[in-house]
Amino acid sequence: MINFLLVPILIPFFMGMVLMFLQKNIRLQRILTLVTLFAAAFMAFLVMLKVQSDGIQSVTFGNWPVPFGITMVADGMSTLLVFTTFVLAFFIAWYGFGSIGREREQFFYYPGLMFILTGVTGAFTTGDIFNLFVFFEVLLMSSYLLIVLGGEKAQLRESIKYILVNVVSSALFVITVAYLYSVVGTLSMADIAVKIAEIGQPGIVTTIAVLFLIVFGLKAAIFPLYFWLPSSYAAAPIPVLALFGALLTKVGVYAIMRTYTLFFVHDLSYTHGLLLILAVLTIVAGCIGALATFNVKQIIIYNIVIAVGVILFGVAQMNEIGLEGAMFYLVHDMIIKAGLFMLVGIIIYVTGTANLRKMGGLMKTYPTLGWFYLIAAFGLAGIPPLSGFVGKLLIVQGGFEAGNIWSSVFILASSLIVLLSVMRIFVYAFWGSEGQLVTIEKRRYNRLFYPTAILVVISIAYGVGAEWITPFMDTAAKTLFDPGIYVDAVMKGGA
Amino acid sequence: MAFVCGFLFMAAIYLILSRSLLRIIIGTGLLSHGAHLLILTMGGFGGNNPPVLVDGVTEYVDPLPQALILTAIVISFGVTAFFLVLAYRSYQELGTDDTTKMKGSEDDD
Repeated sequence: MINFLLVPILIPFFMGMVLMFLQKNIRLQRILTLVTLFAAAFMAFLVMLKVQSDGIQSVTFGNWPVPFGITMVADGMSTLLVFTTFVLAFFIAWYGFGSIGREREQFFYYPGLMFILTGVTGAFTTGDIFNLFVFFEVLLMSSYLLIVLGGEKAQLRESIKYILVNVVSSALFVITVAYLYSVVGTLSMADIAVKIAEIGQPGIVTTIAVLFLIVFGLKAAIFPLYFWLPSSYAAAPIPVLALFGALLTKVGVYAIMRTYTLFFVHDLSYTHGLLLILAVLTIVAGCIGALATFNVKQIIIYNIVIAVGVILFGVAQMNEIGLEGAMFYLVHDMIIKAGLFMLVGIIIYVTGTANLRKMGGLMKTYPTLGWFYLIAAFGLAGIPPLSGFVGKLLIVQGGFEAGNIWSSVFILASSLIVLLSVMRIFVYAFWGSEGQLVTIEKRRYNRLFYPTAILVVISIAYGVGAEWITPFMDTAAKTLFDPGIYVDAVMKGGA
Repeated sequence: MAFVCGFLFMAAIYLILSRSLLRIIIGTGLLSHGAHLLILTMGGFGGNNPPVLVDGVTEYVDPLPQALILTAIVISFGVTAFFLVLAYRSYQELGTDDTTKMKGSEDDD
């Protein structure tokens, strides 16, 4: 029983409410937002250290005994993700000061940001499958607000599709939870794991597993359910796009990782085989999309799809190395995607267009931007010692260990396509003859550039300093690999 | 009950696949109703028994599905309200509620 793990979720929740009352005072909103996010990140870091030293922490509301009450669980994976979330949110909010625009700031952009963080961190932390649905709705509601805020024509048009897809997937989520409840008669994740282990995963549970894959796959944008992602995300303004690209699909990936390592581990050849095939197809679809478009936003957006495929490939191996790689790659991808979207946002800001064909010659005018973009692009593709390398190495190692030689080779080959797709931006935008440029304020450019540069430096540190992060990843992967650790800790902790 | 759920899902899917935005929203409403009834069905029916456990009562209905449905109703209510406002706004901005006229995006926007 420890209430401390709730603090990182409650801080943005309360500040979201406070910020609603400060609607007109933009300066105060900005300062409070940064302070809040910093405090939340600090608290999340403390929780992470606590989990690392003392093992999994859990709290069950209302003093109910464990399988009956709603449990919140902080294990290695969730605390790592919560901490990363707040660090990214801090930089994205800072970046937003220069680009989100006064109107949006006045109409509840910051409260929306706070509530989406409440939803995301809550979804990472909860240990109850229905509570997961509730936190999903919290983050979706705020994401509806953020995606439509501003009311441009493209935004309205795309957010209708976005909402419709998510409403349908939410209904499917409720239906799936209902089926699961009728089979196992419990909602606590730890208890579900125990019950499914007892009945040994008959066909009906495998069916539910596939239904969960559809539900979370719609959020995580796996093949063939990624269709809504590119156009909806492209409609949002850049800071919101960075937030969505870094966090929202990752919540879906997290949910797949959680359910597929905790519940459905008794029929690996079917469920994880399916996941493997879908992961590979997701990568293929993402690669085709990333190479086919000349819109810089879309190129990075399709790279989200590729990354989701790579992470799920690691999960599908279901051995400790593969899972550790998936964790490494998940955190890496959150950082680097946020960084890349912010960089691309600056490129769009200085050129006034998102079309690659109209850009060119930025290397002369913005050399530092060019170098930072190059580092981020190499990091995404996984060139050692940058951050993508460790995760991909471990994932592929896991793939070889599990005997999936060809698909592992395929993952390696896909890195080349990723490199090609992001290098296209570099070649078109930074090399060649001078393209379109718009006059900009130096002050605003700096405001966009500093948070981006720091984030890229963090991603370098994440790759170079992988040695120090490994213990945390080890803990996370061990818990994922052996559901018993999670179940024991939760069952013991609340009673 | 299973037939009612199935019928609601059928109607919902038919409406969601139609062109008019308003029909789509009614479709999502029906879809969530179907899902809620499904939860009730999945929890099992208890006839006239009370859903609470007090001393001396041995036969009782599982109260959890009702709590879940209540939560889900509140959420779907909020989402539907938001969706309706959005539909109205986009009707004003885009001048149509026909989804076939809302497709596509410009090459660079």
